[in-house]
Amino acid sequence: MNVWIAIGATAAGCYLVKLIGLLIPAGALERPLVQRLAVLLPVALLAALTAQQTLADGRFLVLDARAAGLTAAAVALLLRAPFLLVVAAAVLVTAGVRATTG
Amino acid sequence: MAVGLSGFAFGVTSAGSGLTVLQTCALSLLVFTGASQFALVGALAGGGNPFTAAAGAFFLGVRNAFYGLRLSQLLALPRAVRPFAAQWVIDETTAVALAQPTRRSVRIGFTVTGLSLYVLWNLTTLLGALGAEAIGDTDAWGLDAAGPAVFLALLAPMVRTTMERAVAGLAVVLGLGLLPVLPAGVPVLVAALAAPAVLWADGRRRARTAASGECGVPEEKR
Repeated sequence: MNVWIAIGATAAGCYLVKLIGLLIPAGALERPLVQRLAVLLPVALLAALTAQQTLADGRFLVLDARAAGLTAAAVALLLRAPFLLVVAAAVLVTAGVRATTG
Repeated sequence: MAVGLSGFAFGVTSAGSGLTVLQTCALSLLVFTGASQFALVGALAGGGNPFTAAAGAFFLGVRNAFYGLRLSQLLALPRAVRPFAAQWVIDETTAVALAQPTRRSVRIGFTVTGLSLYVLWNLTTLLGALGAEAIGDTDAWGLDAAGPAVFLALLAPMVRTTMERAVAGLAVVLGLGLLPVLPAGVPVLVAALAAPAVLWADGRRRARTAASGECGVPEEKR
């Protein structure tokens, strides 16, 4: 049930922000501070989420196979690999480390 | 291609996080903005309550309002059509529409990209969710690393300037540091405050520089 509540709330919220952008008059969000905040907000969220989903196990921090996988993804990104390869590197290295150590 | 793969990765991640196939597909059909969907299932898997989980997903979706603002001038849609077009206001459709020379091609580009991505995203989500159910333990295949890898790939082109790096660094410290002390799902919302915090600190620094009579520091470019 909780999951459906979360799905409903997210769907409604995400749809409304998309619609608001199309409906409000141009210029309403053009203030420089608002624009800069809009650019930086996803940076903060994505950075925190990447770190948590790589290093957190519940409420504790752990260094496990995922860290190795994400390191591989980071290397792939530095080498300007396409998206497919970046995700594949993370998955394969994580699975490989787990298979050899677990 | 990238969208198809992320859709598949989302289906796998979501099913691996304990959501049913129906819930996973409902998310792709109704939310249709990838980063928010990944964030939501991640937060639910971490034990967050539904509203903190939805809040994190919502803040990631806020950028679409700014896309809509730019698109609404280019598309010039009648008001009655806008509620139907809204669901397709995402990163990719905006990028395609902005690259078109005429209003007619903007509208065609937006519609074709929106429709094909919507179909592709939902089909690959379904395949991913079914695939995850079929193979059972998704962690053994390293598939729990797909979600954060998608985030990292989205994040990489966004951190060019010193300010963007400062925001990312502060957000990581807050997101990890607060994990043991705050309820699940809340640390990520506090980490979002890294954005206004860094803006505020930058504003103060500029004000001080201006007050001491020096020339303002020019806006940093990549």
